Amino acid sequence: MIALGLAAGRRRLTFWGKLLQINWGLALVLTLVASIGFATLYSAGGGSFEPWSVRQMMRFGVGFVVMVALATVDIRIWFRWAYAIYAAAIALLVAVEVAGRIGMGAQRWLDLGVFQFQPTEMMRVALIMVLARYFHCVAPENVGRPHYLLWPAVLALAPAFLVFKQPDLGSAVLLLSTAGALFFLGGVRIWKFALLGGLAIAAVPVAWSFLRDYQKQRVWTFLDPESDPLGAGYHIIQSKIALGSGGIWGKGYLQGTQGHLQFLPEKQTDFIFTMLTEEWGIVGGLTLLALYTVILLYGLAIALRARSQFGRLLAAGVIVSFYVYAFINMSMVMGLLPVVGVPLPLVSYGGTSMMTLLASFGLLIGVYVHRDVQIARDGGVEE
Amino acid sequence: MGRQRDQDRAKQFTRRALVMGGAQLGLFGALVARMYFLQVVERDKYATLAEENRINLRLLAPPRGRLLDRYGDVLAENQLNYRVVVIPEQTGSIEATLEGLTHLLSLSEADIKRILRDMARQRRFLPVTIKDNLAWEEVSRIAVNAQDLPGVQIDVGSSRNYPDGAALAHVLGYVAPPAEADLTGDPLLELPDFRIGRAGVERVYDLALRGKAGTSQIEVNAAGRPIRELARVNGEPGLDLALTLDLHLQRYAMERLAKEESAAAAVMEVDTGEVLALASSPSFDPNDFNRGITAAQYRALLGNDKTPLINKAIAGQYAPGSTFKMMVAFAALEAGVIQPDSRVACPGHYELGDTRFHCWKKGGHGALSMIDAIAQSCDVYFYEVSRRLGIDKISAMARRFGLGKAVAIDLPGEKDGLMPTRDWKLGRYGQAWAQGESVVAGIGQGFVLATPLQLVTMTARIANGGLAVSPRLTRDLVDGRRVFERPAAKLASLGIPAQHMALVQRGMRNVVNDPRGTAFRARIVDPEMAMAGKTGTSQVRRITEEERRVGIRKAHQVPWKERDHALFLGYAPVAEPKFAAAVVVEHGGGGSAVAAPIARDLLIEVQKRARERPLPGARLAEATRERAGEPGAGR
Repeated sequence: MIALGLAAGRRRLTFWGKLLQINWGLALVLTLVASIGFATLYSAGGGSFEPWSVRQMMRFGVGFVVMVALATVDIRIWFRWAYAIYAAAIALLVAVEVAGRIGMGAQRWLDLGVFQFQPTEMMRVALIMVLARYFHCVAPENVGRPHYLLWPAVLALAPAFLVFKQPDLGSAVLLLSTAGALFFLGGVRIWKFALLGGLAIAAVPVAWSFLRDYQKQRVWTFLDPESDPLGAGYHIIQSKIALGSGGIWGKGYLQGTQGHLQFLPEKQTDFIFTMLTEEWGIVGGLTLLALYTVILLYGLAIALRARSQFGRLLAAGVIVSFYVYAFINMSMVMGLLPVVGVPLPLVSYGGTSMMTLLASFGLLIGVYVHRDVQIARDGGVEE
Repeated sequence: MGRQRDQDRAKQFTRRALVMGGAQLGLFGALVARMYFLQVVERDKYATLAEENRINLRLLAPPRGRLLDRYGDVLAENQLNYRVVVIPEQTGSIEATLEGLTHLLSLSEADIKRILRDMARQRRFLPVTIKDNLAWEEVSRIAVNAQDLPGVQIDVGSSRNYPDGAALAHVLGYVAPPAEADLTGDPLLELPDFRIGRAGVERVYDLALRGKAGTSQIEVNAAGRPIRELARVNGEPGLDLALTLDLHLQRYAMERLAKEESAAAAVMEVDTGEVLALASSPSFDPNDFNRGITAAQYRALLGNDKTPLINKAIAGQYAPGSTFKMMVAFAALEAGVIQPDSRVACPGHYELGDTRFHCWKKGGHGALSMIDAIAQSCDVYFYEVSRRLGIDKISAMARRFGLGKAVAIDLPGEKDGLMPTRDWKLGRYGQAWAQGESVVAGIGQGFVLATPLQLVTMTARIANGGLAVSPRLTRDLVDGRRVFERPAAKLASLGIPAQHMALVQRGMRNVVNDPRGTAFRARIVDPEMAMAGKTGTSQVRRITEEERRVGIRKAHQVPWKERDHALFLGYAPVAEPKFAAAVVVEHGGGGSAVAAPIARDLLIEVQKRARERPLPGARLAEATRERAGEPGAGR
């Protein structure tokens, strides 16, 4: 009853009251990580704020405001609009597919004149919302029934397929792993995951036939980078050299030879972790990893604290998605995974991913602000 | 009810979220382990790879050592080679730049095509050679117009130059880019401008002349563009090499030989073995080989029957003819088969079994002692003596004087000549030695063969009273501060008794200075310079009985290839011999008429030089010091 009273009280919070409820500790850690990014981009720019660092700061500033704004939005609004947002994201993905077909070649964004919009990024959030809503609504006794899983599977596979076709292997993997995590947290039986794993392995040859040549090449190169040291294997080899040569304390800020002499490809985007660890050594790498872990723990704590299943799943989905990004990127530059073109969250140079990430953290913090809000399984508010 | 279910769901979520969080932390742990492996365990390996990436080790070719004559005059040097290069990246428009250069340098269509092709092949910040070996006017024309030609530079390289070209080609040899077989893995050899000694002294002393390469560590970026120089180690320039040759005498000898179709000559000091001139004519210009000889030029040199590419002084093998008679005389005196003053009658021919051997003098010399037989070069006397000696004793004596085996001068391609023995013939032809062959060998015909260098060595050994002097071509290696002088070896005696030596020397003196001697007309009149010597005329083909009856044809009636070789060996001054000379004129005719005057002129010239320009020991070191001021390594 007390909790209910509190929840009722919170619901009546003003905008300014909600601002006070925002998890500023998490916001601080996010800013720290982004700052590591600014400093590394300053180095990647050859000791200059231009062209990357200063723009990244501006984007972070804008993104931060968006994050705070979204945090104050009642999560029930997301609950209500989840399918609509999802449908819009699907429509945009199809639009991109059509535009791409007309434009001949890979296309991932819509040119809206002012800025370029990547529907894939929107889908990342939309999929989390729609699955969180689905698992919120389905009765626990029905979660175990196979035909209740058919619909969420379609919800997850359809966008993954569209993204995969773009072709954007990294994002497809990301969508599927986020969905998988939500299935797991939503209560789907463990043995079904084992079954799914088996099916996934069986599906590998089928998926292989859908891969473009350069994607197949990336996989082969990952398996044996030295087979093509100047071609496709070059990125992995040079990245490992840069990373390894950094040693414990690194070569010193602005002193990374691999990065500054252009041996390291894409040093401001996909390989920025290598740039960081070449100059700061394993100490720098561990620092960033520690900050990521703090964010991860914050995210998990928020998810555990939320009273509604929707809030829990929404928070968990955001944090899993963030985690998968970070993990895939770092594994990739260390030669543990194939090069799939996934940015390092909050650090890599890139407007869209920065905006989407901060927006999703806005949802996460929103769950914290509205942690005591309860949502009925049918969507109404439980009093 | 619903609340209970919600609480179950919350508990399940909590359980599973903790499992997932644990898994996520575990995976981060894997990343930490990977980082530890790469950055701590394998750090050194990757640090090395990173350094290899960024540091480009560039070799600095050392300047090749010079070749000097005995006085320190330059025989081979490095010449600055100016070439104009263009860096495509720095030109505003490559077409405009080429257009401008075409006016200044008169480039052909083919040149332009080649330049554009080179340009397409390499990165835009690397220089492309427009033209090599620029004349000085071309260099200044480019320099004057420099501001209108952005990206165009004058590049200075170094190339080998032989100021006296053909006069020294056979001795010095030449340099050329290394062939595939020369590559030993030494990266110096793979530098585009690098040359190695291909023939002559350049080849024998190649390693000393090369020097040691310097290195420059350059930081480069991934595209290979140099960023800055990190470190530089200057190499060591090659050592200068002083030869025993006298450039003046060498030139003189070449000019003198050039009057004949094909000839060789050698002049050496009889006490030291230092070769003052080693000439082979006709010759070729070694500078052509540096600049790149055309196939047509090379074919012409190869096809020439006067063999300009061969150093006939060391690789031409000739029947020594009558110049061989001293060897027979020494062998005869040592074996005691004849007394010095016992006479042999010469009726103009010599009968052995059914065979008749002719003396060069149709009517015969009458009865001659050994001295007269040498002076007048009587064939019959030596037929008889050789018959008594047999070939083995003759050959053994000749070998003591340096014939039959290369004298091991420091040049590649020296030939052995041939001193036959009974065993040699049995081994080679499976036939027994015929006495007639000994008789023929006694006048230096038949199997006997010798090179001009061997003959001058033999002459020097007679002139110095029977000491085993050997010819040598190099004096010192000079490295700027120190001079590595080759110590003069103590000469071994050949074991010829003094009275035998005196007898043969007397005979040789009479060859030139006795009115009946075969080379009286070529004598040196100045008594202080007077020479001794021996003529030789060796047949290239057998004279038939028919020809003998009809009368020997005049030289111009015989095809060049069938004419006799003319030889002369001499030494001077007669009283206290210092210099020995050997001259062979291929198919030149008579030794006394053709070869003797050349030898005389050489011996006069060398004695004049000894008076005018005695060898100053200090001079060489001085010439060397000048060189020490030169900049060290560099292109």
